[in-house]
Formats: sequence, structure tokens, C-alpha cells
Amino acid sequence: MTADDVILQVRGLTAGYGAAPVLQEVDLTVRAGTIAAVLGANGAGKTTLLRTLSGLVRPSGGEIVYGGQPLRDVPVEQLVRRGMAHVPEGRGVVAELTVDENLRLGGLWRRDREDAGKALAEVYELFEPLAQRRRSAGHQLSGGERQMLALGRALVARPKLLLLDEPSLGLAPRVIAQIMALLRHLRDSTGLTVLLVEQNVRSALSVADEAVVMSLGRIVTATSADRLRDDEELRHAYLGF
Amino acid sequence: MSEQTVSPAAAAPAPRRAGLLPGLFGRSTLLRHLILAVLAGVLLFLLTQQLDPFRNFQLATVAAYLCATAGLTLLVGMNGQLSLGHGALMAVGAYTVALAQNALAERGITGNQVLPLSLALGVLVTMVAGAVIGLAAARLRGPYLAGVTLAVAVAVPAATVTFDETFNSEQGLSVAVEPPPLSLGLYFPNERWQAWVALTGALLTMLLLANLVRSRVGRNLRAVRDDEVAARLAGIHVGRTQVLAFVVSAASAGLGGGLMALLAQSVSPGAFSLTLSLFLLMAVVIGGLGSLSGAVWGALLLVALPDLTHDSAQWVSLSPAVAQRLEGNLPLAVFGLTLIVVMIAAPGGVQGLLRRIGARVRRRAPAR
Amino acid sequence: MDRFVFLTFDGLSKGAVLAAFALALVLIWRAARIVNFAQGAMAVAAAYAGYSVTTATGSYWLGFGAALVGGLLIGMVVERAVMRFVDHSSPLSEVIVALGLVLVMQAVLGMVYGNEFLPAGTPFSRNALSVGEVPLLSRYDLFVFGAVLLVLLGLALLFTRTSVGLRMRASAFAPEVSRLLGVNVGGMLTLGWALASAVGALAAMLVIPTELGLHPHAMDLVFVSAFTAAVVGGLDSPPGAVVGGLTVGLILSYVSGYLGSDVTPMAVLVLLLAVLLVRPGGLFSSTVARQA
Repeated sequence: MTADDVILQVRGLTAGYGAAPVLQEVDLTVRAGTIAAVLGANGAGKTTLLRTLSGLVRPSGGEIVYGGQPLRDVPVEQLVRRGMAHVPEGRGVVAELTVDENLRLGGLWRRDREDAGKALAEVYELFEPLAQRRRSAGHQLSGGERQMLALGRALVARPKLLLLDEPSLGLAPRVIAQIMALLRHLRDSTGLTVLLVEQNVRSALSVADEAVVMSLGRIVTATSADRLRDDEELRHAYLGF
Repeated sequence: MSEQTVSPAAAAPAPRRAGLLPGLFGRSTLLRHLILAVLAGVLLFLLTQQLDPFRNFQLATVAAYLCATAGLTLLVGMNGQLSLGHGALMAVGAYTVALAQNALAERGITGNQVLPLSLALGVLVTMVAGAVIGLAAARLRGPYLAGVTLAVAVAVPAATVTFDETFNSEQGLSVAVEPPPLSLGLYFPNERWQAWVALTGALLTMLLLANLVRSRVGRNLRAVRDDEVAARLAGIHVGRTQVLAFVVSAASAGLGGGLMALLAQSVSPGAFSLTLSLFLLMAVVIGGLGSLSGAVWGALLLVALPDLTHDSAQWVSLSPAVAQRLEGNLPLAVFGLTLIVVMIAAPGGVQGLLRRIGARVRRRAPAR
Repeated sequence: MDRFVFLTFDGLSKGAVLAAFALALVLIWRAARIVNFAQGAMAVAAAYAGYSVTTATGSYWLGFGAALVGGLLIGMVVERAVMRFVDHSSPLSEVIVALGLVLVMQAVLGMVYGNEFLPAGTPFSRNALSVGEVPLLSRYDLFVFGAVLLVLLGLALLFTRTSVGLRMRASAFAPEVSRLLGVNVGGMLTLGWALASAVGALAAMLVIPTELGLHPHAMDLVFVSAFTAAVVGGLDSPPGAVVGGLTVGLILSYVSGYLGSDVTPMAVLVLLLAVLLVRPGGLFSSTVARQA
């Protein structure tokens, strides 16, 4: 897979809850093997964008092309089989299940049980602390451990595209840095594509290749992350600092 | 009937003229309701003159059911509390009236004061029962409340067996009812008299409930139904409001039960089984929980549907055994099916459908 | 004293059945946050299916199996054809629709089989075996205990040891996350209803021969008692349902043994009210979910 392959192409996507649209005419192109950051203030529509991509919100207009195929009426539970993993807002750790059960849940859909077991073992290798807490219930974990669990659970599915909603929320700077480093490592070693929704702009731009800024349901700018990071005028105009 | 009395009020979440009408019984609303009740009364009076005894008896039964369904609509529709035990509350009213009638007759007390006295007693005792359940209900929600009232529906008929010296077990009691007053003439049809008594009770119930719904109390009931936290923040005592709804609702059911006892001139636990409770709930849901007028449709349905299925079963010639099985069960099946369909497809019930049709007609033909 | 011992064992046997029935309620509550008020009627319908097969083949066991399979199917159909379409924003509508189902099913059963009590046989003798002079348990009671125990173990294994069980639990706790992880949440819900309904059918098969016989309303009081048992246990907890079932079974056995069987409905009501008002979370639950 070359870096120029487009894995996700969104055109004119409009979606919302009830009458008021939250997303309006969103266009977005994500190349395979890159990390794309979606930035913007609270209520800009970032989470709704991810939820629409993974089918949790029904779009009222527009088109999503994933891996060369349009996603239309594909049930949510089918997307993970096509290599799209979504770590939702608030991480979605099932509090009542143990760490091990949460992780296994990520690979239950796989026919290849052997490789599913291998993926599970790799995740335990990657996240040392989780291996020590296999039998702990989800609600006993710290914020950082929960984020590891959520990420690890998505990785058990060996995804091609990872939709990640605010992984930094509520975490210490050191832990955030670890997570960003991990994303970079996954991109470089496995060619994982990440669509990273973040309010923590600095952290996101530290790993992202591309960046889009959303405001009031629209994409107001799409550029390279380097440019957004270095061009003070641009940063000031769209991100306010 | 007085269905016109309340439908506009209940359609809007808060009565438009509420601010102009402080107090429990806003004067002009009361007047309007009174006029409508009197009109309905006159019409019904004329109707009873025309109907044959059987239809008059049916009309009386509708009126008795209406008391109970109106009370239940207030509880479920206006206050959001579910009761599967209103059949049992009707039983409380019925047995009280039966015992009171018999006790008065034994002591040789006769005359015009007997019926109001025993009916009032029935209402009073049912109110007490309703207050007890309501106190528990105010602390329970959703399925828990449903479960408790279901237990009530099962326990009350069984109590007639436990205390069989008073209630005479499964056989029940016969009720001493005096014939129509002699002042009406020697050959006055008893059924017409029964219709008058029951209709008076029903009209009175509808009048009182309609005013209650339009009053501040009614607004509180709906506020608690819509959002308890918001109601509490607005200074409404949620628990007290819920108990009040249960007491008023129980009183109506008690009156309905008492009237039933008078109509049938007997009471037995079989007549007030769990099925009756479910029937009542189903009637108000199908009629439409949004307004008291829905209760009228519900009450009509309770009397008409068994009749209709009975007739239709006779069209098809069946062996007597099959016909007998169908006769009791077909209305149940139709009721249940209708209930499911209404809940899934038309939660507004009959009254909601009528209102929507009415609105569409009015939109097509705008008044100029 | 002999009487007390007898009533205790009788109560435990009744309690085992109530435990199974309460467990069925808990299963659906956990899966869908619905108290299935139609469960009694569903179980009776399955029991009638069993009765038909037994009458046609002369074999109790074929009928027993048919009732369980019937239970599975009824649960599936009820979820797929009815419950799935109910507006879940108000708990009122779920209860009302379930009651509509009760009316329909009881009416259809009445039309097909009549509203008389039909005799329901047992595979084992109901005569109590005596230890010394004291009559303790009948072979049938032992069968009841065995069957309920088997179901409890089976469900426990299913939920804790199998991947289907893991999927079911995940779907119940976090439906949206489960869908994102590729779990067919709708299918798990149907499976939950089917399983619960089969457990309910088992309870009906076990309890009906010990009462007056098969009748469209045969499970009405059992339902109320089992609901009480589930509430005692906390509605959310399968072990709680089992303990609740045994507790309610014992209490009802003593009440009917010492005060008369017609007092039991009132005893159930008093017990239910007492538990709900004194210990609203149930005796085995720490959550405060009563306001749901």
C-alpha cells in the first residue's frame, strides 16, 4: 500500500439528530498510512463526524467512500469486519466486564481464531499494565489504563482505519505523550491510518500528518499538520492561539 | 356524552387561559363544563326514553365503566402512573356498596337517600384503599409500580375467599336494590332507572375530573408526568401530587364498581379479576390517554366489542362447543391485538386519531 | 415440627421453580431493561405446546422437550415481531404492550384448548419419600431441584465461559460499543428473549402439575410471586433471583400451610410492598435503579 492511496473519501456529508443538521456538506480525504487530525471547538461536529463515518448516525446527504467502496446502509457491526475501528467518545470500556473480556470482545467477530489469539497476545505485549490487570473489572481502571484498553481492544481487530475520539481527555500530559507516540509507532510499523479527533491541538499536531479544522458543522480549513503548526497566522485564524 | 368538555384542554400541554383562571375551579371553565354536562344530561335523558330495556342496560354499563376509565385516564394519561389494579379498586367499591345496601335493607331503611349513601360509602372506602396504594406508588416507578398494582389485582379477589364470612367466597353476594321510585309510575322500566342512576354518576365524575384537569392541580399532575425533576424545581410536591392522583382515580373506580354492583345486583370475585384490570387499562389506551374524552371511547369499547364479536361469531355457523370457546375469548384476542397495534402504531388512541383527522379537515377547509 | 419440616422442603421445591421463573425475568431485564409482564402467558403457551405433544405421542419427555423448544421460539417471535417495535422512551409502553400480548395469548389458548383445567402429568411420583417417620421430598421434587440446578449451571457457564455469553453480556451493558466491536446486538437481544422464555417454559412445566393443572391463567399468580422474588433479589442479579425465589417459596409455603392457600396472594402483595418500601434496591443489589 502506497502512502498516496486514499482510504477514506467523504463528499458533501450532511447529518444530524432530528431537524437541525450537525454536519453540513463535509468533504474529507484521508490517505492510507497517515494520521489525520480533526480539530475544532466543542460542538463543532467532530464527534458527530466520527459517529456518522462508523454508521451510528445516519447521514441525510452526501457520500462516504471507504476502501474504494461506498458505505451505504452498511450496518455498524459490519464495519469492523472491513477494517474500520472506532474508539468512541469516553472510550467505551465496558465497566462491568474484565480487562480480558473487553479485549477478547474486540476480536470475537474474527473467523481466524488463531490470529485473533495472536493479536490479543500482541496487545498484551504492547500494553504491559493491562497484562497485569487481566482480571480487573473495567470500572476499576485509571483513565490512562482505560484509554490503553480501548485502544488495545480496537487493535485486536487489526484495523486499517482507526477512528479515535478525544484520546487525551482527562489524561496526564505524560500519558498523552505516550499515546501519541504509540499512534506514530503504529502508523510507521503497520501502516495504520488514524482519524484523530482532538481538542488538545498541540498533542494532535505533534503526530498528525494532515489536519482539518471544523467549526459549526463545517470544515473550515484542510491543510498539512506541519503548516498549521508552523504558520502562526493560520493557527491564529482557525484555532485562536 | 361530555367528550367535548375537555378535549381542547387536554390537547395543549398547559391550558392557554390558565393564567386568567386561578384557583381550583376557574369560574368560566366550570360554567362551560356545567353547561355541557347539563346538555349531555338532557340528551341522554331523551335517549333513555327511546331505547329498549336491553340498550338502556348497556348504556348504564357504559356509564359505570366510564367512571373507572376516566379515573384511570387521569392516572395514566395525565400523571404517568401505571395501574394494573383498577379492577380490584372497582371490586372494593362494588363490595362496599353491596354490603352497605344489604345492611341498610336489613335495618329496614328505604327511600331516596339509600343509593347516594351507599355509593358515597363505596367511593370513600375505595379512596382509602387508593391512598394506601398511592402512598406506595409515589415511591415506585415504571415496572415496579406495575408489579405492585398487578399484585393488588390478584390479591383483592383472593381476599374474598379469605374473609368468606363477609364476602361469601367465590359465590359472592347478592345486592338488595330497591325498584325505581313509585313516583315514576308503577310500570317504570327498571333498566331506564338504572341508566339514569349510572349516567348521573358518570356525568358527575366527568364534570369533576374535567375541572380538575383544567385546574392548577391538573397542571401539576401533567408537570410531574412530563419531568419529575423539573416539577420539583418548580415547587411542586411530587409525592403528594402522585398520591392525590391515585386517590382521585381510585374514587372514580370505586364509584364505577359501586354502580356495577347496583346494575348486576350481585358481586363476585370473578367479575373483578385481573382480566378486568387489564381490560380497563387497554380501554383507556385504545381510547386515547391524552384526554378524558378517550375514556368515553374506552368505556364504549368495553361494552360494544364483546357484543360485536358475539354477533359476528353468530354469523358464521359453528358447532356450539367452538362457539362457546370463541365467545369468551374472541373479544380478549381482539382487544389485546388492538392494544398492541395502537401502542406501536397510534399511541394517541381513538381520540388522537380523531383529533388528527379533525385537524386535517380543518386545514383543508380554512375558515374565512 | 414434622409439619414445619414438610413445609420447608415443599417451600424449597416451590422456591426452586420461582427461582427459575424469576431468573427468566432477570435475563430479559438485564438484556433489554424490560420487565416482561407477558412471561407468564408465554410460559403457559409453551406448556400447552408440550401438552399437545405429550397427548399425541404419549411421552412426557417428548412433550417436555417440545415445551422448551416452544419457549425458545415464542421468545424469539415476541422479540422480533413485537417488542422490537415498541417505543422504549417510556417504560409504560413496554408494560402495556406486554399486557396486550398476555390478553392475545391467553385468548388464543382459550380458543384452542378451552378455558378448563387440563390435567398435567408428572414423570415421577409426587408421593413424599419418608426419612424415618418424616415425609420429606417426593421423587418429583428431586426432579425439580435437578432440573433447576442444571439450568442455573448451564446459564452460568454460558454467560461466563462462552463467547456467545460474553457477547450477550456486552450487548446488554453497552449496546453501542458492542456494535462498534462487531457484535450483532439485535441478534443477542433475540437470543436473550428466547433463552429467558425457554427458562420460563421450564418453570411452567415444573410448577403446573403441582397446582390445579394447565389453564390459560395458570401462571398468573406464579408470575406475581416470581416478580416478587426477582425484586427481592434486585432484578439485576441472577444469584439474587435464585435466593429471592427460594425465600419467597419458603414464605409462601409457610403462609399457605399455616394460614390457608387463599392467603398467599395477599402475602405476596405484602411481601412485595415490604421489600420495595423498606429495601428499594432489593436485598442483593447495591444499585438504586427503582426509579427507572
